[in-house]
Amino acid sequence: MTQTNRLSAGGRIDRSHGLEFTFNGQRYQGFAGDTLASALLANGVDIINRSFKYSRARGIVAAGAEEPNAVVQLGAREETQVPNVRATQQGLYDGLVARSTNGWPNVQRDVMSWVGKLGGNFMPPGFYYKTFMSPASMWMTYEKYIRMGAGLGRAPTVADPDIYDHMHHHCDVMVIGAGAAGLAAALSAARSGARVILCDEQEEMGGSLLDSRDTLDGVSAVRWIEQTLNELASMETVTLLPRTTANGYHDHNFVTLHERRTEHLADTASDAGFPDMPRARLHRVRATRVVLATGTHERPLVYANNDLPGNMVAGAVSTYIRRYGVIPGNSLVLTTSNDHAYRAALDWQEAGRKVVAIVDARANPDGDLVRQACDSGIRVITGSAVIEAKGTQRVSGARVSAVDLDHFVITGRIEDLECDTIASSGGYSPVVHLSSHTGTRPQWDENLLGFVPGEVKGMLMAGGVAGHYGLDNTLSDGARAGRQAAIDSGFDEAGELNLPTVKARRDGPACAIYQVPHEKKGLRVPKQFVDMQNDVTASAIELATREGFESIEHVKRYTALGFGTDQGKLGNINGMAIAARCLGRSIPEVGTTVFRPNYTPITFGAIVGRHCDELFDPKRYTALHQWHVEYGAEFEDVGQWKRPWYFPRNANGKKESMHDAVARECLAVRQGVGILDASTLGKIDIQGPDAREFLGRVYTNKWAKLAPGRVRYGLMCKDDGMLMDDGTTSCLGDNHFLMTTTTGGAASVLEWLEVWHQTEWPELQVYFNSVTDHWATMTVTGPEARKLMSEVTDIDLDREQFKFMDWKEGNVAGVPARVFRISFTGELAYEINVQANYAMQVWKTLFEHGEKYDLTPYGTETMHVLRAEKGLIIVGQDTDGSVTPEDLGMHWAIGYDKPFHWIGKRALSRPDTMRGDRKQLVGLKPKDANVVLEEGAQIVLDPNQAIPMSMVGHVTSSYYSPVLESGFALAVLKEGRERMGQTVYLPMSDGKTHEAEVVSTVFIDPKGERQNV
Amino acid sequence: MSDVQEFQTRPTDTSKAESPLEWSLHEQKSLPHASNPGVTLSEKPFLGQLIVRGGAIVLDEAVREVMDMALPAKPHALVSDDSGERSIQWLSPDEWLVIVPGGEEFELEQKLRKSLGQSHFSIVNVSGGQTVLSLKGNRAREVLMKSISYDVHPQAFPVGKGVSTVFAKATIILRRPEENGWELVIRRSFADYCYRWLLDASREYGVSVVR
Amino acid sequence: MFYILCPYCKEHREEEEFHPRGQAHLMRPEDPDNTTDEEWGDYLFFRDNPRGIHHEMWVHSVGCRKFFNITRNTVTYEILETYPMGEQPTITADDPSVRHEQGAQVADGGWQTVGARPENTALNEETSS
Repeated sequence: MTQTNRLSAGGRIDRSHGLEFTFNGQRYQGFAGDTLASALLANGVDIINRSFKYSRARGIVAAGAEEPNAVVQLGAREETQVPNVRATQQGLYDGLVARSTNGWPNVQRDVMSWVGKLGGNFMPPGFYYKTFMSPASMWMTYEKYIRMGAGLGRAPTVADPDIYDHMHHHCDVMVIGAGAAGLAAALSAARSGARVILCDEQEEMGGSLLDSRDTLDGVSAVRWIEQTLNELASMETVTLLPRTTANGYHDHNFVTLHERRTEHLADTASDAGFPDMPRARLHRVRATRVVLATGTHERPLVYANNDLPGNMVAGAVSTYIRRYGVIPGNSLVLTTSNDHAYRAALDWQEAGRKVVAIVDARANPDGDLVRQACDSGIRVITGSAVIEAKGTQRVSGARVSAVDLDHFVITGRIEDLECDTIASSGGYSPVVHLSSHTGTRPQWDENLLGFVPGEVKGMLMAGGVAGHYGLDNTLSDGARAGRQAAIDSGFDEAGELNLPTVKARRDGPACAIYQVPHEKKGLRVPKQFVDMQNDVTASAIELATREGFESIEHVKRYTALGFGTDQGKLGNINGMAIAARCLGRSIPEVGTTVFRPNYTPITFGAIVGRHCDELFDPKRYTALHQWHVEYGAEFEDVGQWKRPWYFPRNANGKKESMHDAVARECLAVRQGVGILDASTLGKIDIQGPDAREFLGRVYTNKWAKLAPGRVRYGLMCKDDGMLMDDGTTSCLGDNHFLMTTTTGGAASVLEWLEVWHQTEWPELQVYFNSVTDHWATMTVTGPEARKLMSEVTDIDLDREQFKFMDWKEGNVAGVPARVFRISFTGELAYEINVQANYAMQVWKTLFEHGEKYDLTPYGTETMHVLRAEKGLIIVGQDTDGSVTPEDLGMHWAIGYDKPFHWIGKRALSRPDTMRGDRKQLVGLKPKDANVVLEEGAQIVLDPNQAIPMSMVGHVTSSYYSPVLESGFALAVLKEGRERMGQTVYLPMSDGKTHEAEVVSTVFIDPKGERQNV
Repeated sequence: MSDVQEFQTRPTDTSKAESPLEWSLHEQKSLPHASNPGVTLSEKPFLGQLIVRGGAIVLDEAVREVMDMALPAKPHALVSDDSGERSIQWLSPDEWLVIVPGGEEFELEQKLRKSLGQSHFSIVNVSGGQTVLSLKGNRAREVLMKSISYDVHPQAFPVGKGVSTVFAKATIILRRPEENGWELVIRRSFADYCYRWLLDASREYGVSVVR
Repeated sequence: MFYILCPYCKEHREEEEFHPRGQAHLMRPEDPDNTTDEEWGDYLFFRDNPRGIHHEMWVHSVGCRKFFNITRNTVTYEILETYPMGEQPTITADDPSVRHEQGAQVADGGWQTVGARPENTALNEETSS
């Protein structure tokens, strides 16, 4: 057996179930029920890490979430690497692999520690920045080497094989912490009938009761926990979540919990035998009431070399002995300010090892535990404290002296005690973190010598966190909080809990001691650590106050006190007390910094949940998607929609290029017939006697005389006069219209119509409903479109009967359809709308008949080229929220004389929108026909001017036109319409400058004859 | 209200119709089939679906006359006829979702329009735009808890309730027409996403898809 | 994450179902033709940003699609009431009990929406630099 520190009996581990694990390449044994920390201690592993800044040897200090040093890198394989794991919170499993996060080349023999020692006192706060500041350009180089030595773990470089997910909950009472107070709260709330969730971050519920010496109703604490959990588990309204940390408390009683589901079982969920189970789960809880029962963290004392392995907080010593059957050393010195910590010495002695002395800072301690210690023959040194730990890799002794806390000096002779472990306790800090996540500041309680939570609406504090110490107090306060929470949630007949009988213990008063004085002064004192994770010393805080930092928030940022994953769990109060002493103020005057979520680190996987890979974002498909896929379409993302971008053909096993495919598709539409899946266009059904009036108010143009059977193009502005959307609207009946919007604008336009209707004009009788998904839309366009259509429809297609901007209903391919003669290509076009479930049969029938016309499917790229050749804009591409219809030259679509003052009208006469030098939409024709200008390219008038040049506009759309056999573009240009025929210049980043002529926006068929053949 | 175009969008021959889930089911070479499924999924395709809007009082009269059902006036109420095939669900103070067997919707729309006469209302056929997914099994509620933030505990979501809410990153209508079954009304274009999400969320409980 | 009582659905719903739509009770000037450019600019672009009680318009976009108003404390993020369009808030920044209960500082005489000037007009004047 190598577990030199394992006791032969006791603890809640299973000695018949051995586990093997690896730490820093070395194999060790532990038992089921161990944490990684308890197993490392059992094996006598002292040094777990090197510290962040000074590279000092560090060991395990605590037994829970507050552990600052034993933060390890977990994972047997590259893909299972997890940084930032607290060894104290990691359940041990067979085959676990962990290593130190810090230490180069290794943790025992660390190069940086020499820097730390040599640098020693020369590494004050801001050392790296003060030292490596110049030349500034070298910082990146310095940093690379500094990072090699320092660091807090690393992310894996390959994908994580595990999954993580989210789960939403609602409950009446959310109890955080399943110690004595939390269990009592949960039980009393649950018995009232309330829906209760109880979570606890440890491997086992029970909190500090798990290592308690107390009995409840005559049974052991552990037995009482079992009974209570059994009762809770039997209730349908109760959810128990062990291994679950409440990491964030958010507005309106929203709590985020991080549950470790398979992390304690194996490297991956698959290894654990649960391949479909998430490794961790983020619970999102909305609670009517939250009961905070998070207890306290013990504060270590700040004495010299208090970071040497072998220094621990007193309660952790008890926990390791009583819960894990591990005694972390041979000879103990306890230094304390209070009675409760005496348990550590009593447990130590009971385990059969030597207690050298208890050093108590109080002059006359006299509580029950003190008496017990004296009766057991333990030497108690009063009015004194450990002022310095001795040793290099591990504690080898303690220097003890009488101390005068009022004057912050040592008095009398210094005694050297031989020991390998120093347990310290400076009192208890309520774990207030969650209570301050929404901005409430904790309040200092002079009697408790600690910060307690401030008032948080909807949150009740129970037990230790509220300053109720002692098992009897904790239980009754928990029961009270649980009952009150249930009553607040509407349960009148809240269950009265018969509190278990507990033997009350008499504790003497504690004294206030944080930093311990030393015989040396100032920087000559060996380092006294306040925040071990961030290597913040007492002298660093003193220095910060001397350098003028008075606000505790500034001291924090200057020294890094309470930063990082530690969030000041052990160090914050000591740090504030030291700052207060240096500033000559009281602790409440100095105040506290605010804690932020997350309480402990959580993996990114749990934050992401299942919103990754194919489920990262919805992909929206049209009813014709399968055909597009089978036809080999390349797809473009348009918002969440997957739209065919172009349809490359395969010839001789070679795939057509995009340029060739688009050219072919363009020519097919201009010369034969093409077809586009336009189903993604937004469609809004508008019904009501005031529908027409409403359209007149939201569109810039006129709608009063649009007859049933007719279609009109409309522009929609915001009230600032800027274009927000465009589309056609058809009059289906006098009180019935079908509006189309851009693909991206569908939802926002519907909300836009609703906001005006609901807030400004509720008197108008009209209803709007989205029918985007109900209709599939197919555009058949090109000179041959009529011929093709005539084969598949009973609608009269005669050009006089079915005119441009008419719509008709009839059958297409045997399916009832509305057909709209509108054109976004400039060619003859029929937009066929059918109920989406029947779209595929229509589409396929069109292709059966279209073969002889070489019916060509085209995608969004060809659509863009064709519309741009006609100077038709795309809102959001050719406009950007600063463009008016006038800027676009669309005066014809503005009804200035409409009776109602439509949205956007007033703004069009503001001085800014009437400015003469506004940017206007123009066409650009590159002088070199082979040039396709870059979209976004800036336009200048004089290419030879000095940089920065004065820019007068930019390209909004640019393509190659197979019809023009030239590149062409749309652009916005200052005073553009007055510059027709002029040459402008587009300097590019590669040094080239393109020349282009300003031309009309309509490149093809300016009279619009083709769409009406 | 008159001067509205009524339009029968359903062809006489519906044999080639494709439901919104057609593509997803086609993509999946074989449907998931767990031996002891905690969750069972199936689509109820091609139902008739109407969005009916207007004042509750006039609509209630028309619905009583035409469908022999009362309009659910309370928020989130869902009522069904005895057969369970026809339902009306409250969506907003002036909006209801009516679901009937496929093919009944056009005649129903015509009858309702006739009954409502000159009142101010609107009826919109959305049968092609959404489909209904049925979610059953003893782990169905947990699958929903992974997918939506709305409270699906029986105390908060009794039989006869329906809500519009966020589902993962899409939006759906969730209904509980019976003790052991949930219905999700999902938009056509989001159907594939919702289906994939449901399969994924159900995997750890064992899932079967029934056509 | 807010938990918002929709006055139409009569239930609390998660914030993800809603969209905020800015300051509540904005009135579009009734007679735009007789509104000065400056007044129209105020209507378009200027909004209150008080510390404390604020009235905001929200829409239950994923639920009933109805717009409504919220009285919210911008310091504590507490939502004090929600009410349908057309109704007035029962809790305002002028309410002394609110000032007392919330313990929040409430902006005194924030910029109004149409045609108002800040107390120190110089703050709003363009400088030649």
